[in-house]
Amino acid sequence: MSGFLDTYAYLTLTEQAILTLAAMVLVSSFALLAQSRVVATIRLFALQGFLLVVVTALVALNTQEYHLFYSAGLTLLLKVWFVPWLLTRQARRLGILRDLDSLLRPGVVLIAAGALVIFCYSVALPIQRFAESITRDAIAISLAVVMLSMLMLITRRKAITQVVGFMSMENGLFFGAVTATQGMPMVVELGVAFDVLIAAVVFGVFFFHIRDSIESLDVDMLNQLTEVDE
Amino acid sequence: MSALFWTLLTPLAGGLLLALIPGTRLAARLNILISLAGFLFSIWLANAVLRQGALDNQYFYIDAFNVYLVALTNLVSFTTSVFSRTYMLHEFEIGRVSERQMRLYHASFQAFMFTMLLALTTNNLGVLWVALEGATLATVLLVSLYRTPASVEAAWKYFILCGVGIAQALFGTVLIYLAAAKVVDGPDQALLWSSLIRHATELEPTVMGIAFVFLLVGYGTKIGLVPLHNWLPDAHSEGPTPMSAVLSGLLLNVALYAVVRVKVLVDGALAGGGEHAPQLAGYLMMSFGLLSFIVAGLFLHRQRDIKRLFSYSSIEHMGLMTFAFGLGGPLATFGALLHMTVHSLTKSAIFVTVGQASQLSGTQSIDHIRGVIQTQPAVGWGLLIGTLAIAGFPPFGVFTSEFLLLSATMQTLPWLTIPLLVGLGIAFAGLFRHLHPMVFGNRPEGLMPIKATVWPVVLHLALVLWLGLSIPDFLAHWFDQATILISGSGLL
Repeated sequence: MSGFLDTYAYLTLTEQAILTLAAMVLVSSFALLAQSRVVATIRLFALQGFLLVVVTALVALNTQEYHLFYSAGLTLLLKVWFVPWLLTRQARRLGILRDLDSLLRPGVVLIAAGALVIFCYSVALPIQRFAESITRDAIAISLAVVMLSMLMLITRRKAITQVVGFMSMENGLFFGAVTATQGMPMVVELGVAFDVLIAAVVFGVFFFHIRDSIESLDVDMLNQLTEVDE
Repeated sequence: MSALFWTLLTPLAGGLLLALIPGTRLAARLNILISLAGFLFSIWLANAVLRQGALDNQYFYIDAFNVYLVALTNLVSFTTSVFSRTYMLHEFEIGRVSERQMRLYHASFQAFMFTMLLALTTNNLGVLWVALEGATLATVLLVSLYRTPASVEAAWKYFILCGVGIAQALFGTVLIYLAAAKVVDGPDQALLWSSLIRHATELEPTVMGIAFVFLLVGYGTKIGLVPLHNWLPDAHSEGPTPMSAVLSGLLLNVALYAVVRVKVLVDGALAGGGEHAPQLAGYLMMSFGLLSFIVAGLFLHRQRDIKRLFSYSSIEHMGLMTFAFGLGGPLATFGALLHMTVHSLTKSAIFVTVGQASQLSGTQSIDHIRGVIQTQPAVGWGLLIGTLAIAGFPPFGVFTSEFLLLSATMQTLPWLTIPLLVGLGIAFAGLFRHLHPMVFGNRPEGLMPIKATVWPVVLHLALVLWLGLSIPDFLAHWFDQATILISGSGLL
């Protein structure tokens, strides 16, 4: 207990706010994993993006790395507005906005998710020794968000919720870059943002290809190709 | 510098141009011209780098290692574009693709070239990641070009699996940045390969070791290492054949290049001690490589689609190269570099003939392709000789590089030559049990020869034969320079 206090009690208010928001980012990942309605999943994704924007702005204030404000703005534009807007629009046009994509065994999945978070903390343990106190949890939480998004990709059956998982993974990486290393060099951040933008557009086109070919958006039905042909 | 500028600008501007012009036939011709121009510029660039030494600035870093891949990429891109013209026009005529899809195809072809060249020439590890992800984005709509359920499935798998895989690599890159921020001055310098390599020994070994695991898994997905290879046979078999040729021949090389660049850094960081074994990176690459090599060889026996067959052969060879770079040392590195070259040339030539053979027979199913030599001798012999070359028959170049790799293994870890030899045997049998009935045998009734451009195959196989008989002096020195950059000491 005293170790815990040593780590967290002497942080400034901004730093404590950052840590709280970091926890909320992780919670939003769990919520994404458990949410079954398509429209709510997209909204949760936008919320996660918004939490990231606030974290980024706070880190920028805390470290006086003002270029992070640009990253925050970019994230706001791309992940809070553009991607959710595009996904909602496509879902509406495909008539699946109100559909359910429920988990088969939500209890098992959530317990697995909890185990994954513990695993991520143990992976990040040796790295934490080299990080400053504020960024200590960042690596672990970032990795956990990535892993939970992967779990979401595995457990979901609709193409559109899989895309949300894919984009949320990118959120986890961005979170890691912002909190652990005060962002990446600007050229890299712009490049990554550009990739996300193109990926969102390509995904948008792709939904229609999938629907035209299998008359559904359940990717479970994409099962023709196997490793060995019998 | 201007050579580099033109090498990168040609495919970028070419891709934009091809996205705008409507005429399919004109676009196919322009595609060849653009690729030829790119190839000539890359020769100019290679000449400049080899004469004046490495180019190193804030944005680009070019030495003997990557400039050779730039030249190889452009060469294969050029010959593939020549093949692509007759092949895609045939697909267009039989109505498999529409005019708009042809436009998408040509524009994406050049955009894909640009992302690969950017990944090869950039100095920034973050930009390297961006470019490799861009390469996936540029090709995903090509994999689903035919819009069949199978091709859409393949493209979806490709998109999601490569995206998930490569996300791990970005996490690894963030970790490298974390380690570098402490020792390199200035945040803009901290991801530059040239400044990282200067400070390699000061980088925190624990962080670098963990970073390498993520980077290997991430870029390893793109190399097609088992067990992350699932997307590869699907994407290669369902897309148009010229795409399969460049995916197999080039993209896998670029991903391997990324891993090797990072390995050099990690080796430097781990040499100073720490929690990890100093050869951690090498051991990881060797085990992943060997596993891919053996498993892909076994899968060869169970294939029924001719393009899937050769995709597994690509996984097998990429596994062998990963193993060799992991083994390290000048001999293995030299062999791996040579193997990269001959594999690219041979595999793209094979995919060209495979495309022609399946157009000829109207199917990709191994059971239904019969008597290709009797129907169209040029295609049949191309396929037969190409497969002989890739299976490692002397006197082709693949034999030479595999022989070098086996000797290197014999020197350092003699026991591992046994699985290597067994794996080569398995792969050999797997290829030939399928190939024999396809090329020989009687011509099925009603099959007519198709219009096929043969000279790219002849050129590639002739180059591979030449490299097998004698490696020209300038090329040997070029490889040797690259070997020194990677492994520290040269062979010659």
